Amino acid sequence: MTSMKKKQTIFTAAVLLVLLAVCVAVDMSLPSFHIAVKVIEKASVYALVAVSMNLLNGFTGLFSLGQAGFMLLGAYSYAVLTIPMDKKASVYQYFDGGALKFSLPEVFASFLGDSVGTVVGMLAALLIGGLLAGLFAFLIGLPVLRLKSDYLAIATLGFAEILKAFFQWNALGPITNGSNLLKSYPTFSHPTAYVVLAGVLVAFIVLLINSTYGRAFKAIRDDEVAAEAMGISLAHHKRLAFVISSVFAGFGGGMLAMYMGTVAAAPFKSAMTYEILLIVVIGGIGSITGSVLASFLYIFSSEWLLRGLDSGKFLGISAPDIFKNGFRMAVFSVIIMVIVLFFRRGIMGDKELPDLLRQRSRKEAAGK
Amino acid sequence: MLKIEKLHVSYGGIQALRGVSLEVPDGKIVTLIGANGAGKSTTLRTITGLVKAQSGSIQWNGEELLGKSIDRIISAGIAMSPEGRRVFPDMTVLENLKIGAYLRKDKAEIEKDIKWVYELFPRLEERSWQLAGTLSGGEQQMLAVGRALMSRPKLMMLDEPSLGLAPLVVQDIFSIIGEINRQGVTILLIEQNANMALKIADLAYVLETGNITLSGTGAELLTNEKVKEAYLGKHKS
Repeated sequence: MTSMKKKQTIFTAAVLLVLLAVCVAVDMSLPSFHIAVKVIEKASVYALVAVSMNLLNGFTGLFSLGQAGFMLLGAYSYAVLTIPMDKKASVYQYFDGGALKFSLPEVFASFLGDSVGTVVGMLAALLIGGLLAGLFAFLIGLPVLRLKSDYLAIATLGFAEILKAFFQWNALGPITNGSNLLKSYPTFSHPTAYVVLAGVLVAFIVLLINSTYGRAFKAIRDDEVAAEAMGISLAHHKRLAFVISSVFAGFGGGMLAMYMGTVAAAPFKSAMTYEILLIVVIGGIGSITGSVLASFLYIFSSEWLLRGLDSGKFLGISAPDIFKNGFRMAVFSVIIMVIVLFFRRGIMGDKELPDLLRQRSRKEAAGK
Repeated sequence: MLKIEKLHVSYGGIQALRGVSLEVPDGKIVTLIGANGAGKSTTLRTITGLVKAQSGSIQWNGEELLGKSIDRIISAGIAMSPEGRRVFPDMTVLENLKIGAYLRKDKAEIEKDIKWVYELFPRLEERSWQLAGTLSGGEQQMLAVGRALMSRPKLMMLDEPSLGLAPLVVQDIFSIIGEINRQGVTILLIEQNANMALKIADLAYVLETGNITLSGTGAELLTNEKVKEAYLGKHKS
């Protein structure tokens, strides 16, 4: 058993290292505007958010659709806190240069030096965004977590929509810039930074899931009554899962702000939550590996592979005009239907990366 | 010792218990028999704190349990294996056992108790990595009992452990219940299979529509005409 575990650890570490090496190679050889770089960046962000959603939907059994709302909180916090002082006048041109008279990266740069201080400031802004998302989750969780299944989904979806409207409110303009773009804030320009950051955060969630708390979450998912009879407090653990999931969605939102370069409330609509839900379902509800894998596949196909369909070309074949704009989404729907029909439990089911090795050795043992 | 006095419970608009009083002395096997809807499960669920009582008292070694939270009741040494087993289907056997020890922090002792449960139920050790949902009914019942034991209870309550199991498997389960009792765990057993339950019980109570109507040693009730007629399926000749 222990040798199996050792093998699994080595296997997992090897796979992760190879992936990181590929990412570094792409980073070094391709310019930062190349589509491959963009895919890696966006997919890492989506992977993080998908994993945070899976923690709630797949591991705790709470069907929540508020992810876009919590990402919005993270994205706005990040942008608002990092816009440099000398850019504020032009960004907040309708709101008198904004209400916030500091910029976190500059604050840290003043005593940590320029390069280190800026990075620390950016990470601090990301952290604050996550914590703010967590605080909101705690507050709305108090009434909303009493609801079950579909009702919880509706309530959280409504919350996300309200938040989107709220952030576009003119009275909040000095902070959120109303319905205007927030821009000119510092971002990470290397895909490796996104991969490493998302990787570290996902690793936190993996540790959580493998801890006693994670087991309690899964017990609640499997059978609430039995979990309660084991002494697990349902209210406490549901709130905990909801807050943690939202904190990580907030981190993801902040990273998405970096990726996009500009922040506005409009893109954080319910369609974004559905995209993430789709990734979770395709990857396998209850599999972290599945969520990560599916988000790379999803972003790769939607941003790159199938892009050509919209302009009438795919893999060098040109299509008639009627297939132009929007055909990509039609093909996508077919792919999703195929997945739902033939991979009911998603690509990975509820298996993780190390389980693949165990499965194979079991098959070999059966063959002998 | 567990001492219940004049317990009244109602939920869902039904008065489920109407003044139940009973005693579970240390080290004994006590059984509660009765028909469907008599209030047997409600009694257990009230002791664990899953259901709130209207009035009465539940004393555990002199300490009042009514109004206490579930985790404090479990920590006080009371565990329940619920009706219908209710193992966690998408978790492995080992994870199920670990969840049973959820409120305990002593890692080394937990490891020891996992070994102890595996000694009682060698089948579980063979299936340690299997998902609980893929076990047979009998194995799931063993797991439910093992999981309850993981909180290291002084009193273990079993709700219909024979439900839906083959007679041979039921015998296995009951002999292990006897073994657990010999190792010092007090047992409160709820059964519809009155014959099996009365044979291993030191003390027995008959519950009818929320009231205790008969009590005595297991052997006494086995020969009681009323019990024979109502629960053991023997007609008066």
